[in-house]
Amino acid sequence: MSSSVAPGLTVRVLLFGSYADALGFDQVELALASPATLDDVIAHLRALPGGDRLPPKPLCARNLAHVGTGEPIASGDELALLPPLAGG
Amino acid sequence: MTDRPIELTPLVVQVQAPDRGGVASFLGLVRDHHEGRGVLRLDYSAYGPMAEAECGRIVAEAEARWQVAVALRHRVGTLQVGDVAVAVAAAGGHRDEAFAACRYVIEEVKRRVPIWKREYYADGTVGWVDPTAAVQHA
Repeated sequence: MSSSVAPGLTVRVLLFGSYADALGFDQVELALASPATLDDVIAHLRALPGGDRLPPKPLCARNLAHVGTGEPIASGDELALLPPLAGG
Repeated sequence: MTDRPIELTPLVVQVQAPDRGGVASFLGLVRDHHEGRGVLRLDYSAYGPMAEAECGRIVAEAEARWQVAVALRHRVGTLQVGDVAVAVAAAGGHRDEAFAACRYVIEEVKRRVPIWKREYYADGTVGWVDPTAAVQHA
């Protein structure tokens, strides 16, 4: 019996500030089943050691622009989870 | 974005033009206190490429919305009390648009640009600043 394998996608995820401190790294490559959204990326990271310190709906960016957590992602995307901004 | 000290005068020169009679500016300086605690110094860090992109978008929005030229600089790295962290200069035909554009730019920088601030306090503690957890001062 043949099985169909859903196409996967690979994204790079950047962490900053307190989020990078919480997880212990500032970037990671993730492979996910397609289709996927930022919510799926966040869920994956929250399951890692220290990930409980990530909020369920952080500020996010996709390819250098602010997006919501429901944003669909594509292979090759650069994603980022942004702690509360403190510039200016 | 820059890691060097910021001077206001070059920004004013950058936006000046013979037909722009009003120049408004804002400087954000490192304060010596935060929520009652003494601050010794702080580290600004940024998601560099996105910060540049977002700053560019903010300047373009201001220049499209008002008849102005805008210059914006934000510093990253280790800053001491009294250092300039951010500077905005906006030049327009009159003061109305210059003030409005200047205000818009600094408000949008605070709201959208991916920059973080780690403060080193006089009591020896260190902490990431979370403006969403603090009382806001306009």
